[in-house]
Amino acid sequence: MSETTHNRINADTLHDGSSGTYLPVKGTVTTMATVTYDKASRIYPGTERPAVDQLDLHIEDGEFLVLVGPSGCGKSTSLRMLAGLEDVNGGRILIGDKDVTHIQPKDRDIAMVFQNYALYPHMTVADNMGFALKIAGTPKADIRARVEEAAKILDLTEYLDRKPKALSGGQRQRVAMGRAIVRQPQVFLMDEPLSNLDAKLRVQTRTQIASLQRRLGVTTVYVTHDQTEALTMGDRIAVLKDGLLQQVGTPRDMYDTPANVFVAGFIGSPAMNLGTFKVNGGFAEVGPARIPVSRAAIAALGAEDNGKITLGFRPESLDVVSQAEASAFPVEVNIVEELGSDAFVYGTLKGSLADADVHSGAGDNQVIVRIDPRNVPAKGERIFVAIRPGEEHLFGAGSGLRLPA
Amino acid sequence: MSADNSHASATSAVAADVSGGGPVSDAALVAASETKVTRRARRLRQGMQNPWASLAAVIIAVLWTIPTVGLLVTSFRPEADIDRSGWWTIVTNPNFTLDNYEQALFGGGNNLATYFVNSIVITLPSVVIPISIALLAAYAFAWIPFKGRDVLFVAIFALQIVPIQVTLIPLLTQYVNWGIGRSFWPVWLSHTMFALPLAIFLLHNFMKEIPASLVEAARVDGAGHVKIFFRVLLPLLVPAIASFAIFQFLWVWNDLLVSLTFAGGRAAVAPLTVRLAEMVGTRGGDWFLLSAGAFIAMIVPMIVFLSLQRYFVRGLLAGSVKG
Repeated sequence: MSETTHNRINADTLHDGSSGTYLPVKGTVTTMATVTYDKASRIYPGTERPAVDQLDLHIEDGEFLVLVGPSGCGKSTSLRMLAGLEDVNGGRILIGDKDVTHIQPKDRDIAMVFQNYALYPHMTVADNMGFALKIAGTPKADIRARVEEAAKILDLTEYLDRKPKALSGGQRQRVAMGRAIVRQPQVFLMDEPLSNLDAKLRVQTRTQIASLQRRLGVTTVYVTHDQTEALTMGDRIAVLKDGLLQQVGTPRDMYDTPANVFVAGFIGSPAMNLGTFKVNGGFAEVGPARIPVSRAAIAALGAEDNGKITLGFRPESLDVVSQAEASAFPVEVNIVEELGSDAFVYGTLKGSLADADVHSGAGDNQVIVRIDPRNVPAKGERIFVAIRPGEEHLFGAGSGLRLPA
Repeated sequence: MSADNSHASATSAVAADVSGGGPVSDAALVAASETKVTRRARRLRQGMQNPWASLAAVIIAVLWTIPTVGLLVTSFRPEADIDRSGWWTIVTNPNFTLDNYEQALFGGGNNLATYFVNSIVITLPSVVIPISIALLAAYAFAWIPFKGRDVLFVAIFALQIVPIQVTLIPLLTQYVNWGIGRSFWPVWLSHTMFALPLAIFLLHNFMKEIPASLVEAARVDGAGHVKIFFRVLLPLLVPAIASFAIFQFLWVWNDLLVSLTFAGGRAAVAPLTVRLAEMVGTRGGDWFLLSAGAFIAMIVPMIVFLSLQRYFVRGLLAGSVKG
């Protein structure tokens, strides 16, 4: 473990030329700090369904992976399994080539940032940050140097002698970060570290953490329920639901080609509109509109889909068109949400579509449409929209899986 | 003090606002943010200034203290005076002496000094031993998952319902069988046994109040059970330990039943309380010695209470986790 540490210090090649720090700047590191979940499962005592079910996930060295999902999806449990705070009931977890499935947290060379920071209240900021090093028996002068270095990066130098109670929420959060980076661990684990900050600070800290991670080049696993955080911070995103991994990919992958209906509805803000329609002669019948469906997609439909497909279209994939257009369908405007740069219409489908099975982030039978903020319709007005060709997402109505285009 | 300050600045701010009239000054903003504090301070001060409440409090305090004052005065009066008149006559006939204390502490057959030392020798281990054991047990119950933990915990706490009196004879028999009946051990062991269930329960509850993530953070930081216990939990438990220590100290120091049963027979191990009880029982007439003895016995708990009081600090966990 200490060998790794020294390697990291020596690896201070400063190839980005931006800092004089001897904290680990990405360079020639001998140990590959990859993280591998190999069919790792966690079943809480007294429950039937696994909280995490046969998770298979490989995280590259230096990668920033975000675990995202609704609450109760097993994302925090997955992280805590990696930290060693939660037993692994099946499968293995590896850090680098080392099987850490059953070893103690302290022997895993990881650092964790907790949702509620979990600072030691009786210690000063400096002692908080140096606690792990002190326990590891690092010489006092070294500890002081590393703590000061980290404090400089995090802008905490003037608070080093304060107790946590004399700090603001944002400062406490930075101390929690500092406690992790002082360790120079192989892997950072972060469990919703921003959820206790106010909205403005959260956006600031989000970019700070992402750039800090790029600079340090330490493999990071980050848990959040906020898909915006996931999209903005992660090199790759892993979406979980009910303990099952739904999809892993870059933010672009997740946005452009969601693997199933759940990911489609979860990633993106406002959420994607999803509706289930009958397929007839190569077209999906969306009320008066007929949306062409590729032959491959129809061929991929199974028996459980019952000849129906789920059509997904993002609010920004809709154009306001005239009624005459073949693929146009009517929407009655309920609310217009103006954000300055954008405006969104929350509307109800009308006409023969009134009882169609459509839902979106706004609720059942609602669609969200992005429109020109300079030209917004009035409340109650009926507009006609069409899906921009090629921007629809097709899923099997029964399986929920993505169909080939 | 701080209430006064905030009050003063609030009033000056208001004054500034009134005189300034036009622009909304910073001071006005300060005043707005402080009104809540000042209002509370004012209400508190008004409450304390209510004359009837104060009067009632003073009367109760005086009534409560009179017997103790009487005892204190008596302990300083000459033996002859005590026999002849009540303690309140000192107002007209002040006549004090330290002879009673000298006699009680060092006088021939009434050597209280020995019993005083015995009391200390009995009390200190009887406080330290149960707290040490209970801390370890409470840590295990709070932070180490093991099979049957909850059942065991309930069982231990249920021991509280066993009355001490029931245990006295069987315990004494055991001590005699073990051959330690003539030492301090029976008293130490008994007090430890009687204190443990409550101590474990209380300290466990305090430990459980410490956020789990704090312990987890320490584990990830590389601390094992020993380091988590000493470096993270113990400093946070000081108020809990201090309060339990005070209660246990007072209980043991003032205890008569246990010490009379297990150490009462011999002057070599008997504590002050046993001796005082004897003085009342066998020499009911020696008021001059009894009153002095009572105050000698009282002084130590007083010192302990006042010196440990400063550990009753609340808000020790402040800033650790976001509420």
